[in-house]
Amino acid sequence: MMNTESRGLVLDENLLFEQSQPGRVGYSLTGLDVPSATPDSRLVREEITDFPELSEVDVVRHYTRLSTWNYGVDSGFYPLGSCTMKYNPKINEAVARLPGFAHIHPQTPEALNQGALELMYNLQQDLGEISGFPAITLQPAAGAQGEFAGMLMIRAWHEANGQKRHKVIIPDTAHGTNPASSALCGYDVITVASDGILSKEAVAAVMDDDVAALMVTNPNTLGLFEADIREICELVHQHGGLVYSDGANLNAMMGISRPSDIGIDVMHFNLHKTFSTPHGGGGPGSGPVGVVDKLIPFLPVPYVVREDNSYKLEYNCPQTIGRLKSFYGHFGILVRAYSYILSMGGEGLKRASELAVLNANYIRARLEGEYDLPNKQRSLHEVVFSEDALQNDCHTLDVAKRLIDYGYHPPTIYFPLVVHGALMIEPTETESKQTLDEFCDALLAIAEESKNNPELLKQAPVRAKVQRLDETAAARKPKLRWERV
Amino acid sequence: MRYLPHTDVDVQQMLDRIGVSEIDTLFSGIPEECRLKRPLDLNGAKSESETLIFLQELAEKNSPASSWDTFLGGGAYNHFIPAVIDHLISRSEFYTAYTPYQPEISQGTLQAIFEFQTLICQLTGMDVANASMYDGASACAEAVLLTVRAARKRKKVLLSQALPPQYRETVATYCRYLDIELADISLQDGVTNQADLQSLLDDQVAAVVVGYPNYFGQIEDLATIAELTHAAGARLVAAVPEPLALALFKSPGEAGADIVVGEGQSFGIPLSYGGPGIGFFAVRKKDMRVLPGRLVGETTDKDGKRGFVLTLATREQHIRREKATSNICSNQWMCILMVSIYLALHGKQGLRQLAEINYAKAAYAKEKIAQLDGFSVTFSGESFNEFVVTCPEPVAALKKRLEQQGLLAGISLGRDYSELEDGLLICVTEQNSRKQIDRLVHALAGGKG
Repeated sequence: MMNTESRGLVLDENLLFEQSQPGRVGYSLTGLDVPSATPDSRLVREEITDFPELSEVDVVRHYTRLSTWNYGVDSGFYPLGSCTMKYNPKINEAVARLPGFAHIHPQTPEALNQGALELMYNLQQDLGEISGFPAITLQPAAGAQGEFAGMLMIRAWHEANGQKRHKVIIPDTAHGTNPASSALCGYDVITVASDGILSKEAVAAVMDDDVAALMVTNPNTLGLFEADIREICELVHQHGGLVYSDGANLNAMMGISRPSDIGIDVMHFNLHKTFSTPHGGGGPGSGPVGVVDKLIPFLPVPYVVREDNSYKLEYNCPQTIGRLKSFYGHFGILVRAYSYILSMGGEGLKRASELAVLNANYIRARLEGEYDLPNKQRSLHEVVFSEDALQNDCHTLDVAKRLIDYGYHPPTIYFPLVVHGALMIEPTETESKQTLDEFCDALLAIAEESKNNPELLKQAPVRAKVQRLDETAAARKPKLRWERV
Repeated sequence: MRYLPHTDVDVQQMLDRIGVSEIDTLFSGIPEECRLKRPLDLNGAKSESETLIFLQELAEKNSPASSWDTFLGGGAYNHFIPAVIDHLISRSEFYTAYTPYQPEISQGTLQAIFEFQTLICQLTGMDVANASMYDGASACAEAVLLTVRAARKRKKVLLSQALPPQYRETVATYCRYLDIELADISLQDGVTNQADLQSLLDDQVAAVVVGYPNYFGQIEDLATIAELTHAAGARLVAAVPEPLALALFKSPGEAGADIVVGEGQSFGIPLSYGGPGIGFFAVRKKDMRVLPGRLVGETTDKDGKRGFVLTLATREQHIRREKATSNICSNQWMCILMVSIYLALHGKQGLRQLAEINYAKAAYAKEKIAQLDGFSVTFSGESFNEFVVTCPEPVAALKKRLEQQGLLAGISLGRDYSELEDGLLICVTEQNSRKQIDRLVHALAGGKG
């Protein structure tokens, strides 16, 4: 429970630029062992105005202090719905730093980096087994780039078949990236209402021969398995369309259900969600994509193939959608994800999915009644409450901010848009029953506070470094960089 | 399993509370025909030490820059990384956090982004920088999309052939199904051909994109290119694959670029086989509201205390959906932290000195190789830490020969530039000692050992 006596050392810290002292240095460069040389003076710049000048100690203290204002999975429970904030294993960090992985140049001849290519090949194979897809590209830098790659392949396939289709169907529960990625491929987005679970009838009502694809998230953002997915895939296929699945919620499915077995044609993985790589304060992510056979010719280049017991990067793909970024994907993240799969094994991955679903259902059971649960169907890895049971004009935002005072990172709020004041909780499998109990106790106490002492919610957070920030002012008169006054 | 805390008793108590007898019941929302009826065909779990040994064996089959004399660049650069960086980024309050959706408990992440945005503005000479894109190539592609969006009726974008090939290919992928016409500006002596540029510019051109330095390490005459571009009413995008050059050469902002994008890997990010790095993205004030990606702004809390928040989010996909300025939903925060720490350590003086060292080392190598029989430096203008040499023997064979002496000599240009079949792109950084450079020169000349 909350101990209001302890506030810790929450100290202020000026910006790098404000701490700068002329002449102070934080580096030591090896002296020049060749004759000095300078370019044509007309091309040379003046010194960089107001660039910082700091000692090594200054920099170390600066960032150490900044870190103390942050809250991560290692600080405590972080039930951010749809983000799968599971524990980030430390062995993954250690292996990604092995010199043979961390310091290899992407232009090194393939024969000299066989270990890296073998790792990528093995990861392609393992993700293929988990999803059922015969081919995987590891190139996309994040889930959103994976969506883009997948939708590009869908469009390339249609065009190779001589078809110009213009529409993509997306349920209203989808992440915003789905429509944004479709638009990048030149598609018009048709939004379809889902009422929790997407019905075959709802899809049929908008399905025609101008629809290139349906994009679904399964399980969806309400944590519900799309029960009609097989029939929906058949329907889309009958009309010559393809089905894209957003793999954001794969953490509920490992070893339980495989997207390709149920009719999905393309899916991206989020290695930073399902496969335990760190979220890193917002990235880097990694968004590999799996495809069915007919889309293989369109995969982005390069991808890794095995030939005569050695591995190489394949570029010779005449129908490829092309390249999505420099080089071969976020290799450092791929190493971490592969380390996770090795550590878990096939059974461990399935167990992870089972316990993720158990944890979410336990939270649901403990909070249902005090918090309004709009969708009553059997849910999987996450549970979404609305704000409708809150009293005294308290809203989801207030609950979230009050949770901070209780020492938790708040859940995802106001998403999905179809739930009024959504409070979207995804505990993941790495949390113990004790942690879940303490968190539920806190949410129940907050529900009580909303009845008896709503000001506690309205004023929250009071124990963080800053109180609620004026976001309107930030947007109205944007100050996006420091400048000397 | 050590990441799964549940005891059998926990599981039973939780099932009891939920009101089901077994975990499998929780999956009853999944129709039978959608279930996998067999175990996953993956290896069994490895212990921590087995995992480490297995991956160490894979890592040992690779050739890290630290164990070779390497002269590879081409968009990924072997620079020294101070120990401070890995120490600080290993603080797990940093790397186990996510997007700062809750600013009150994310001020560390947010302040670091605000500082990064400032550092990028200072370095590039621009007004506004975002919180980063995936990498230089994808940032370049997003810059192209921005220019077409902002120019409304103009649909043509001119790409210098000296722009790194991976950037040009990525731009082509991003534009594949959009109403955008891409055209190449030819080369002249290793830089963008200005006469060709002038002939291609018309009232349909939204943007001109050039590398600075370009793929061959050459320093483009950005100011003249900017004048020509602006005279035609288009935007100039400068793409910077090696940003250390900006500590020595005039900033793209000063030269008149409208958008500056680039790759930040040089600043403290491990090579890591080419990723992750960062794409930085900076614009003039006029384009602030059409920027892709996250932005952090300064504001105050209700006590008037300074704080930082994500801002101008109405450009982004989670609000604007299909009308967003980009589909991007992340930034490379861990990597921008590395960049910021690197820049803070080196600061105003150190970054300049480091750039001068890189310049001098490359100049030394260039001069020595130019003196070799049969070899010549291909292009005449200024270059930064990378340059092209024309070789008297087939480049593939030459590279192989040097490999056997422990030298990774450079990148063959023939695959991307048919006219440069004999071209080898050589990169020299502060990591290459004079002894290494002399060894390279000796080996190129046919010497052994």
